[in-house]
Parts: sequence; C-alpha cells; structure tokens
Amino acid sequence: MQQFIMTLIDGINLGSVYALVALGYTMVYGIAKMLNFAHGDIIMVGAYTIVVFITRLSISVPLAMILCVAFCALLGFVVEKLAYKPLRHATPLSVLITAIGVSYLLQNLALLIFGTNRQFIVRFIDVGNFNLFGVSVSGISVIIWVTTIVIMIGLYTFIKKTKLGRAMLAVSEDKGAAQLMGINVNRTISITFVIGSALAGVASILYSAKYLNVDPYTGSLFGIKAFAAAVFGGIGSIPGAMIGGLLIGLIEALTASYLPFNLNAASDGFAFVILIIMLVLKPTGLLGKKNTEKV
Amino acid sequence: MTQVELLEVNNIGISFGGLRAVDNVSLTIKNGQLYGLIGPNGSGKTTLFNMITGVYKPTSGTFYFNGENLTGKSPVEINKKGIARTFQNIRLFKNMSVIDNVKVGLHNKHKYTMFESILRLPRFFHEEQKMEEEALELLGVFDLDKEKDSLACNLPYGKQRKLEIARALATGPKLLLLDEPAAGMNPNETEELMETIRFIRDNFNMTILLIEHDMKLVSGICEEISVLNFGTLLASGKTSEVLNNPEVIAAYLGE
Repeated sequence: MQQFIMTLIDGINLGSVYALVALGYTMVYGIAKMLNFAHGDIIMVGAYTIVVFITRLSISVPLAMILCVAFCALLGFVVEKLAYKPLRHATPLSVLITAIGVSYLLQNLALLIFGTNRQFIVRFIDVGNFNLFGVSVSGISVIIWVTTIVIMIGLYTFIKKTKLGRAMLAVSEDKGAAQLMGINVNRTISITFVIGSALAGVASILYSAKYLNVDPYTGSLFGIKAFAAAVFGGIGSIPGAMIGGLLIGLIEALTASYLPFNLNAASDGFAFVILIIMLVLKPTGLLGKKNTEKV
Repeated sequence: MTQVELLEVNNIGISFGGLRAVDNVSLTIKNGQLYGLIGPNGSGKTTLFNMITGVYKPTSGTFYFNGENLTGKSPVEINKKGIARTFQNIRLFKNMSVIDNVKVGLHNKHKYTMFESILRLPRFFHEEQKMEEEALELLGVFDLDKEKDSLACNLPYGKQRKLEIARALATGPKLLLLDEPAAGMNPNETEELMETIRFIRDNFNMTILLIEHDMKLVSGICEEISVLNFGTLLASGKTSEVLNNPEVIAAYLGE
C-alpha cells in the first residue's frame, strides 16, 4: 500500500510537469495551428540556465528562477520571430520541419556549450517533508502540484476573461475575420509563443528541482511525452492538457513499478501504447472538440 | 454635412494571375449614405469589398477614406481607421459566446496591458467592466442581450447575421460594409433587417455600403447604387434610375 501511494505521488509529480509542458504545446497548436516541436527543448535550455545561474554563478535562488523563466520566454520570442514568423503563410509541413530543425539546433548548441556529460544541479529548493495520510510526501512534490494547479487556473481565466485571451481565441477560430475586427494576428501569435515558453520555463524549474540533472537530450523525450499528453487530452484544450499530462505521468510511474518481468524498462513505450489505443477509440483525444464540417 | 465624401474609389482593379477580377471601378460614397452594390454572381462585388478592407491589395487604382489614402494598407490598419464589415458566409467566432464575439470587436477601444491583467490591477477591472457594459448595450440594440452567454454557433441563422453586424459595429467604424446581409432570409426577416439597417444608419451616424441580391431590399433602402458586371462598372446613380437602365436589366436577365 505504502509503495502504491508512493508510486502514485511520483506519477502525479511527473504528470504535473508533463501537464505544464503540454499546456504550451496545446496553446501554440490551438492558436497558431502549428506543432512547435522545439517546445520540449526549451525545458532543457531552462534547466541549463538553472545550472549556470545557481550552480556556477551562485545567484540567489528566487532571482535565478525569475531569470530562468524570463530567458525561456525570450527564447520563445526569438525563435518565433526568426524561424516561424517568416513562414506564417507557408504550408504547415514547412513549419513542422522548421520546428524540428530548431529543436536539433537547440540540442546541438547545448552540446557545444556544455558537452555531452550530464550536469548535476544542486538541491536549490529544499523544503521539509509533509505527512499526508500517513505517507511522507516530499515538499518539492507539494510545490509542483500547487504551482501546476495555480498556473492552470491562471491561464484558463487569462484566456477566458481578458481581452488578450479573447483575441487569442478569435485568432484560433478565424485569423482572417479576427484581422478584419482589428486584431493584430502576428502580435497575438507572438504573445502566445512567449506565454507558452514561459510555462516551459516554469516546468524546467520544477523539473530541475525534482530530478536535479540535465543533459542536452532531456527536453527531447520529455517534450515528446508532453506532446503525447496534449494529444491524449485533446490538443487545443487546456483542461485536456492537464488531464493528459497527469494520465501519462501516472501510467509511466505505475508501469515502471508494477509491470512484471523486465517489462518495466519499457515504461516509456507503454504510455504510447495507451495513447495509440486511446486515439483509435477517440481520435480527437479525451476533451478534444470534433470539427464537423457542414456540407 | 451629409454631402462630405467618405469613401472615394478611383479606377481600382485587381488581377489574379491572368484573370482581371475587378477592372477600373470608381465610386464615391458620401457621409451618411446608404449605398448599394449589385451585380450578377462573380461580377467582383465581394472582391471589391476585400480590397476596401485590405484583404486583397489592389493591383491598380487607389481608394481614399475620409480624405486619407488607404490603398494597400493592412486589414488591421484599415479597421482602425474606421471601416468594418460582415461576411457573405457568416464568419462569427462560433465557439465563443455571443458577448465575447462583440468584445473581440471592442478590442482596440479599451486599452490595458498584459501585466495589468496578470496582476489584476484596477485598470484591468475598470476597462473590462466598461467593455461588458458597451457589449451589452450593443447586444440590446439587436435584441441579443438575452442570449449573451450562448455560443455563437447555437444562435438561429437570422440572429447570427445580426451578431455579425453588432461585432462589426463594436470596432467603432464610420463606414459599415455588409456583404449580402439578407442572404438566406425569408421575406419577414428581410423586412426586419431593412428596419435594422435604417436604424443603424440613423442612430450610429453610420455610412453603409451593402452588397445585395434582394432587389426589394436594395430599392427599399439604398439611395444610390452601383452595378458591377464582369468586374467593370456598368452603371451608378440614383437607385430607381439605375434599376430601370436597360443595360442593367439586360445584365441581370440576359438579352
């Protein structure tokens, strides 16, 4: 029982970070209609900024965290401006290939600067353990949960209740009509990228605080799983990204601990098996909207 | 005051590849006028709308709005200068609520920064409150205030057309372009629409340019009209005179 609850907690931790990253995928896809495959690598960059700011430069932790989020947001802005914006009217396939290119570019830059070795991160968020129903839960887990829930609710209200959020929704539905109502579509898309990348920055802080290491490929597998989470929950849907993230995290943790024989080594793959089954049964994902075209 | 020229289109034209969709069209619309644009299908009416709203860049000619040359400007700039439109095939933000559709139209009128909204500063609440009030007022004019929270796609057809007009008005235009506002309406709805259009002109001090096939509507409310045929101007002038022009009758009915 004890072990089962520990596994669940692990799964929720992992799932919360997936959810944050999936939020970025889903937002950018929903509004700009593109898959930003470089999104996962922003987490890797964020984790390296933590390495530089905290381990190497010994900047104070809160300041380092703010700088990390700011750096990720800036990176998102620059990538969008240089790589995606010129392709606004290109086919989705060209944009997708460009995104994969950006992803490899970021990985190789990290290789060039930091080398192939895994970098270790000092424990920079150190809080005591909590006692939850007789199970001791690490403080960092609680911080991860609370942060994820706050961000999720904040983002949801931002999109539903502010004029920028409404502009985003309008652009996501009909770019042309939005433009004719005076909405600056390019600017709205850039802002979406900045917000998505800032979320990836927050995810990178939580990731580094929990797992305490990073290598140039950290973002790649993590990003793909978060993308799977976004698709699982129904891409374009914010609550979907949250649920998808948690489910993928839980499936991964549970299969890693409970699969018989040596199958647990394949826990990464198992999450994708569930994704495939899910998509066969419900192609739009859990909460995805079905677009019925009127004939 | 009513005789001031608001929109002046000079010899405007556009080609798509080898196809000359609109050629050498000129027209002048005065402040406060209700102006009709008619012509057979494919004669270039919507293309002309698309040029005036910045969707297409004209390949020849110019247009002046309020004395300012807006030829080739972007849709956003043109909208900010005061030209708003509706669409032939309704293009509402279907999955947004009725009131949010209008609020998108109010986007540029109310300013607050992203920071103010994230930090929930007083100006954010103040501006959002004003937006809510203005949106409700506009919806009230079109009798849509009771449906403010339903999704735009769930409105009946006639109300969707009205909401599109409300959304366009929310952007604060001086010139409103209506692309076939009566399409798909029954005679009663069309009758009501004519009242609404007159009401908008009188109460919002609006100048209105509309494309329409329903001759009853055109002859009922338009003071002047222009007729397009194969992308060129066939006739323009007082509605009754133009509609009795033998050339116009020929273009519509065939010789």
